[in-house]
Amino acid sequence: MRAGWVGVVALTCVLCAGAQPSGQAPAAGAASGVHTLKVQGNVYMLVGAGGNIALQISDDGVLLVDTGTTANADKVVAAVRELTNKPIRYIINTSADPDHVGGNDTIGKLGSTIAGGNVGAGAGVGAGIIAHENVLTRMSAPTGKSAPYPTTAWPTDTYVSKQKELFFNGEAIQTIYKPGHSDADSIVYFRRSDVIVAGELFNTDTYPVIDLAKGGSIKGVLAGLNDMLDIAIPKAMQEGGTYIIPGHGRLTDEADLLEYRDMVTIIRDRVQDGVKRGQTLDQVKAGKPTLDYDARWGATSGPWTTDMFLEAVYKDLKGAAAPAAAPAAKAPAAKK
Amino acid sequence: MKHRILLPAFVVVAGVSLIAQGPPGPPTVGVDLSGEWAPRFHEDQPERIPGPDIGDYLGLPINAAARQHADAWDASILTLPEHQCKPHPADYSPRGPANLRIWREIDHDSQQLVAVHTHISWQQPERTIWMDGRPHPPEYAAHTWQGFSTGKWDGDMLTVTTTHLKMGWIRRNGVPRSDKAVLTEHFVRHGDYLTLISVINDPVYLTEPFVRTTNWALDPHQQIAPYPCQAVVEVERPQGVVPHHLLGTNTFLSEFAAKESLPFEPTRGGAETMYPEYQLKLATMTPVAKAK
Repeated sequence: MRAGWVGVVALTCVLCAGAQPSGQAPAAGAASGVHTLKVQGNVYMLVGAGGNIALQISDDGVLLVDTGTTANADKVVAAVRELTNKPIRYIINTSADPDHVGGNDTIGKLGSTIAGGNVGAGAGVGAGIIAHENVLTRMSAPTGKSAPYPTTAWPTDTYVSKQKELFFNGEAIQTIYKPGHSDADSIVYFRRSDVIVAGELFNTDTYPVIDLAKGGSIKGVLAGLNDMLDIAIPKAMQEGGTYIIPGHGRLTDEADLLEYRDMVTIIRDRVQDGVKRGQTLDQVKAGKPTLDYDARWGATSGPWTTDMFLEAVYKDLKGAAAPAAAPAAKAPAAKK
Repeated sequence: MKHRILLPAFVVVAGVSLIAQGPPGPPTVGVDLSGEWAPRFHEDQPERIPGPDIGDYLGLPINAAARQHADAWDASILTLPEHQCKPHPADYSPRGPANLRIWREIDHDSQQLVAVHTHISWQQPERTIWMDGRPHPPEYAAHTWQGFSTGKWDGDMLTVTTTHLKMGWIRRNGVPRSDKAVLTEHFVRHGDYLTLISVINDPVYLTEPFVRTTNWALDPHQQIAPYPCQAVVEVERPQGVVPHHLLGTNTFLSEFAAKESLPFEPTRGGAETMYPEYQLKLATMTPVAKAK
């Protein structure tokens, strides 16, 4: 009798399992607000941590491009750990913006690089943080001043030339200097995975953010967009092939980048025409040079509005941008 | 002594629920749309084949943003290498040279309909219309020319919802359709004829849903040729030049009205130009004079 009851229960479980509706497992990290999307090759995209984050994972370990905001750092770590337990070896920063470097401290400290030979004590502790020299300049401070970030968040490996090269997880990775949003921008190209990480040069939800005070320019933005178009190659019929992870917004390919480049170019041309004709900023705005794009990329409130974008483009083209802050004078050497 | 086996209530419920559900069977409802379909152009032929004139926005529920985009559009933009091999997106591809093939994907074991596939001749776009109830991708997923489509049967009519479309066009003279649009389609087969009713809702560029119908006739002898495309440099230009008309400089916008002896205002489009009562307003307007 007992065996009979066991059989009934087992049969019930089978019946109930067969009757359950099929459904998809929830997306990784959905509850935390940080979502993971496999792009291609070794590369994933993390969305919802501030700026978009690229994640490269394979046998050598983990490499992140950007780290989101400070507040979301733990969620980023959790999202990474859902995919792998490999050590975090490198972080590459595309700019010095808080929504791109905010997690450097928390995430960097969890990582480790491979050090040896004649390097000093402490080497290998923490992930290597790669960025253009100007990112370090923005995140640090001259002696005696208070830095906006702790030293453990600062880039450890900066470059001042055209690009920084790295071979990791079986592929060549180019970090290429592309100032445009500011003077500290890089794009990152994973050559075998065929994924470009655009940083703040390309967003799918706003006009490009141009920080004139930090060396940004419309010319630089357009040069960056055009150079990325030169790198990207679609698989077929202008779709797929090279994928581009924008600074904010959805995953894209060349055709999406093309629409954005066209839009920015056309608006630049319109503002340029107004500047040539001697128009004031208000006159340029009155001509509604962004009307055909505002509903898609514009904003009337928030951190970056259409008016702010137009003003930045106008001032840049008119050559009235404020000069970059002069470097602080060095303190005189102490007398012995 | 007979033993009575009293099944627990939950077993009875589970068993009844399974019997009510039934075993997997043949494709559920609907009709087979499969076949080779040859397009019919009796509707909107001038726009679909020779193509729309510059400045012809008649009958389109466009807003000022769409109008400005179209006014600035220069066909030379299509000479840029990155623009050359773009196929028509899912909402426009049935409208052009659209020899169409439809076939079904049936699960071998369950014999349930998994998807309906389409292939169109020009630039050979292929679509998958998922019939298995799967959800659409998240907002941050990539967009494609054909979008992500799911379908359901309303009787014998296949209703399809498509999201995740790349930016495209309402009319191929620069009138845009944004990547925020949602496309709803209804496929109706009546014997050897197929009708597609498509509805575009675009919060960026349209003030109302835009409805079009397109028809095909079954053609078992149809052979769709391949349509490869390779981009080339057609016009030497410095990097980054994008052909367009600066605002207020497009001198071609009134040519369509002049050619067709129409007033200029209706050619600017807008939702009111879709409706028959607009004819009363049209009768009060003066046509643009033809150029001598």
